[in-house]
Amino acid sequence: MKTYLTFLWRCFRMSFNGDWRYHTWMFVLTAIALLGLNAYCRQLVHGLVMTGMTDQVSWGMYIANFTFLVGMAAAAVMLVIPVYVYRNRDLHDLVIFGELLAVAAIIMCLLFVLVDLGRPDRFMHIFWRFNFPISMLSWDVIVLNGYLLLNLHICGYLIYCAYRRVPPSQYFYVPFVFIAIAWAISIHTVTAFLYVGLGGRPFWNTAIIAPRFLASAFAAGPALIILTLQIIRRFAGVHVADRSLLLLRNIVTVALTINMFLLVCELFTEFYTDSAHVASTVYLYFGLHGYAALVPWIWTAVALNTAALVILYLPLTRSLQSLNAACLLMIVGIWIEKGMGLIVPAFIPSPLGEIVEYSPTANETLICLGIWAFGLLLYTIMVRITVPVLSGQLTINADSGGSPARAPHLEEV
Amino acid sequence: MKNPDSTPAAGGPQITRRSVLRGALNTAGGLAAFAAAVSPLRDLDRDELTLERFLQKHYKEMTPDEKDRALQRIAAEVERRYAARPELRDLPAMDGVEFAYALNLGRCIGCRRCVHACVAENNQSRDPEVQYIRVLELPRGSVDVERADHYYDRPAVPDPDHFYMPVQCHQCANPPCVKVCPVEATWQEPDGVTVIDYDWCIGCRYCEAACPYFARRFNFAEPSVPREKLNTDMTYLSNRPRRKGVMEKCHFCLQRTRAGRMPACLEVCPVGARNFGNLLDPDSQVAQILKTKHVLVLKQEANTLPRFFYYFDEDFPRNRGSAPARGSEAHRKGLSLTVLNPQAAQSLPGRGRGGPA
Ligand code: SF4
Ligand code: SF4
Repeated sequence: MKTYLTFLWRCFRMSFNGDWRYHTWMFVLTAIALLGLNAYCRQLVHGLVMTGMTDQVSWGMYIANFTFLVGMAAAAVMLVIPVYVYRNRDLHDLVIFGELLAVAAIIMCLLFVLVDLGRPDRFMHIFWRFNFPISMLSWDVIVLNGYLLLNLHICGYLIYCAYRRVPPSQYFYVPFVFIAIAWAISIHTVTAFLYVGLGGRPFWNTAIIAPRFLASAFAAGPALIILTLQIIRRFAGVHVADRSLLLLRNIVTVALTINMFLLVCELFTEFYTDSAHVASTVYLYFGLHGYAALVPWIWTAVALNTAALVILYLPLTRSLQSLNAACLLMIVGIWIEKGMGLIVPAFIPSPLGEIVEYSPTANETLICLGIWAFGLLLYTIMVRITVPVLSGQLTINADSGGSPARAPHLEEV
Repeated sequence: MKNPDSTPAAGGPQITRRSVLRGALNTAGGLAAFAAAVSPLRDLDRDELTLERFLQKHYKEMTPDEKDRALQRIAAEVERRYAARPELRDLPAMDGVEFAYALNLGRCIGCRRCVHACVAENNQSRDPEVQYIRVLELPRGSVDVERADHYYDRPAVPDPDHFYMPVQCHQCANPPCVKVCPVEATWQEPDGVTVIDYDWCIGCRYCEAACPYFARRFNFAEPSVPREKLNTDMTYLSNRPRRKGVMEKCHFCLQRTRAGRMPACLEVCPVGARNFGNLLDPDSQVAQILKTKHVLVLKQEANTLPRFFYYFDEDFPRNRGSAPARGSEAHRKGLSLTVLNPQAAQSLPGRGRGGPA
């Protein structure tokens, strides 16, 4: 027990250690997170009028970011599967960074749900009267928290073992890894069902949403991991083979292709049928009765995703730079597609045919930025701790990164 | 957590007076920034954060004693805020009653008196104004809600080229809003009315997304009702004042109807377009209307089984010629407002989950 507490304490100390770039980065993130906290406090006092949401468009930026991040979290399995199912050696040491990303993403998801609640002071009502299994939201609460716990356990266990310099016992984590693989699919599917199950919203009420969710998540998620791994390679000195990145590139290419294909299927069904249900889609892509706030967004997303796809398929662009460019394009593209493109248009027009547009307020945007900054902060800290532990710099009896003075104190185990 | 820093400072060369000082400064700076960030919380309404309120149970779980205490607490709170002693009580559903509404589209003149009577009766916020009833102005010959004007503003109504369709909560027998609520803060009562426990709702607005009739309203801001405008006749599940962050909607004026009176919107209607009553009583006006008129429900394809019916009364002069002609646009596009077979209409509500057997 004591060893564990000491471990936690040393991790805590570790998170404050770094060069000036690290400190600047952390300082900036903390500042943004605090600005977000400040904005949230204002929202707590005045209510959700501080956002751009209305009775007509009753979900906005928060739920959009939530949806996107669920995908990011689920995408960690795209590292896990090659390693544990196909025994890929290259990726083996990198899996943990994907899992940590999942942890950070889920925490951000939960925060986005929390800030969306009108009465966060009552969130514990879900423990007293939980509408399970009828409400999809109650499923979502379970799968998200379960996924968080699974990944916390896997990462925490592996890191702690490395710290104690004992080989991890397979029984303590491999079964959980396999549960987590299935679970990752479930978090995204359940989140899709949240929307798909609403008969009153034709835009959502289609079976294609869940597969599209998965496809876009498995494109944007590994894309983010590709970028993150390179950053870690550059700044934390972790060895990341280019081969690993190229393997991820294949995953991203396939997922993005499927995503685009499903998009075409969806658009064909909507526009060719041309029934009354097409109104939201028309609003999204072309504007309706002169209202067209989302049109530039969605076409930007389509353009970004197409550009990313072209880059990925052109044989000329096998370099890392073009891969990075493609990743960046598709992350932004899918973020727009999932947020602006999936959540907001379902509310426009309203079930009574009214068109009320939505745009986030400054306060709402600050809250979103604050949560993103907080998530990045968490992720940076986790990586900051993991790298020296896994490389054997920070272990139970050696401590080159922290203060060696305390090493004797730790040897009493 | 045991703090290893408690080992003598002399043990580590890093721990000098300077580094301690810098650490202290950083910590102080961090705390100050944090304090500044949360400073808006000073204006938080403490009223909402009492232990009593925190521990209050779900409406259905309260014992009679606990309910009494909750009612007293809420009454005291209302008195503090509005300087008027409310007559707050809990009116349970009556046995053998299932409420239903029938609205005569042929008569409605679109004057919106029901909208305002409802606001006054049910203590909705005046600023921002929350309204449960939406009156749609539709061009004659069309029932496509996408062609409706929600904000029509005419010197005189009715306009001869339009007809008017008020929409409020349809008290569905198969309500999607109830299904989705993660905390069961909204449910269907035995008399068929879907209610909300305003002290239980967590404000996630999932129900608002699920309702196909745009019937639910969320308190984005703290509701404000002028003191002199407060209706003090109130019940727990209906028109007691709400606070910000919770959902509300039409509840068929339970404070009136469960006490044998008619809803406020019905009483104020100048042309008698509105009919309300007990479906299970074959002699009631609504039961008669369902039996003898061609009634319609909105968005039948959503399978929500509304207890709110529309009909065109052929006898009324205003209505003459407004039934959609064969081949007219209404006839083609009338998918969402489908004529229901009166027998089917009668058997509808009994199939509901909350309806009495
Ligand atoms: S009309 Fe809407 S709010 Fe009313 S019961 Fe039906 S789904 Fe629920
Ligand atoms: S807003 Fe309230 S009533 Fe509606 S689903 Fe959420 S908790 Fe339930």
